[in-house]
Amino acid sequence: MADAAISIAAAKIETGAGGDVADYVALMKPRVMFLVVFTALVGLVAAPESMHPVLALASLICIAAGAGASGALNMWFDADIDARMARTAARPVPRGHVTPEEARSFGAVLAVGSIVCLGVMANWLAASLLAFTIGFYVFVYTMWLKRTTPQNIVIGGAAGALPPMIGWAAATGGLSLESFVLFLIIFVWTPPHFWALALLRTGDYAKAGVPMLPVVAGAGATRAQILIYSLILAPLGMAPAVVGLGGALYAAAAAVLGAIFVVMAFDCYSKREGEAADRAAKNLFGYSVLYLFLLFAVLLVEHGFGIDGGSFVSFWAS
Amino acid sequence: MDDAEKERKRRQRMRSIAIAWILAGLAVLFFIVTIVRLGGNVANRPL
Repeated sequence: MADAAISIAAAKIETGAGGDVADYVALMKPRVMFLVVFTALVGLVAAPESMHPVLALASLICIAAGAGASGALNMWFDADIDARMARTAARPVPRGHVTPEEARSFGAVLAVGSIVCLGVMANWLAASLLAFTIGFYVFVYTMWLKRTTPQNIVIGGAAGALPPMIGWAAATGGLSLESFVLFLIIFVWTPPHFWALALLRTGDYAKAGVPMLPVVAGAGATRAQILIYSLILAPLGMAPAVVGLGGALYAAAAAVLGAIFVVMAFDCYSKREGEAADRAAKNLFGYSVLYLFLLFAVLLVEHGFGIDGGSFVSFWAS
Repeated sequence: MDDAEKERKRRQRMRSIAIAWILAGLAVLFFIVTIVRLGGNVANRPL
């Protein structure tokens, strides 16, 4: 960490101009923020109680700011790791555009502001869940699990899975089985998603001393774990249709998307050497993002536009 | 004023402008949210 701190300080002296607005936007991990806001929106729209559009928009802004806070605090604490990895070396802190202290202050202000604003504008259950999410991501995942166990992204994935529950809580003021099902889908989706990426970046993670599963257990064991999680995820993706959250359209989409996920995971499992193995992992990683996006997009369409093609449960009961 | 100093001032100015826009946006948001939460009670208050 000391070497990284020196290189960060040197880079800071070299540039010396302080962070640009774009650097602060990058600190908030905008791509992660998009997925967080999108899944929170689905939780909000799928909830049985409707929310005033202005309050819904304000809640989503707060959730986005909370996600941004998590990203900034992660980049503050992980600056030493980021500096050693090709994928993250260009982030604002390792590049020296923003000091670790600036990133920490920015993240802390965003965190407190987003939690208080969500509490005032929506309700304090949603705000408590947002606080828990930020705290879990920063203190449990970033500061503890990431550097100590190959199960880091399995347990840490809970933070990324909570946004739909926050959206649901903002709309209803409560929690339910339906919102927990949305949480579970993202929770089980996270390991195959991140391990597919880790297979491609094993050298990077090893160099940075991060005990990702491919570094600790090897690529073969990681591929097997990806396949196991995919086999759990595919049927779990159908659960919203079973609990009445998704209709027939959702059930059909989840079945097809889940089957493709399993096929691609099997492809990743069976191709173990050379370029074909890398391509299979890369394809799975890309598809995993598309899978989650489409699955939640169908729920959004069903609830937002009232198109569900009938109830999946009543179809099978008739 | 050398190039580095010019760049530092440019970035500082851009950050200040961004903060000003965010604060203005938050003021508008808080105002609208207050009106929405108060609802019709704004018109029914005792004068």
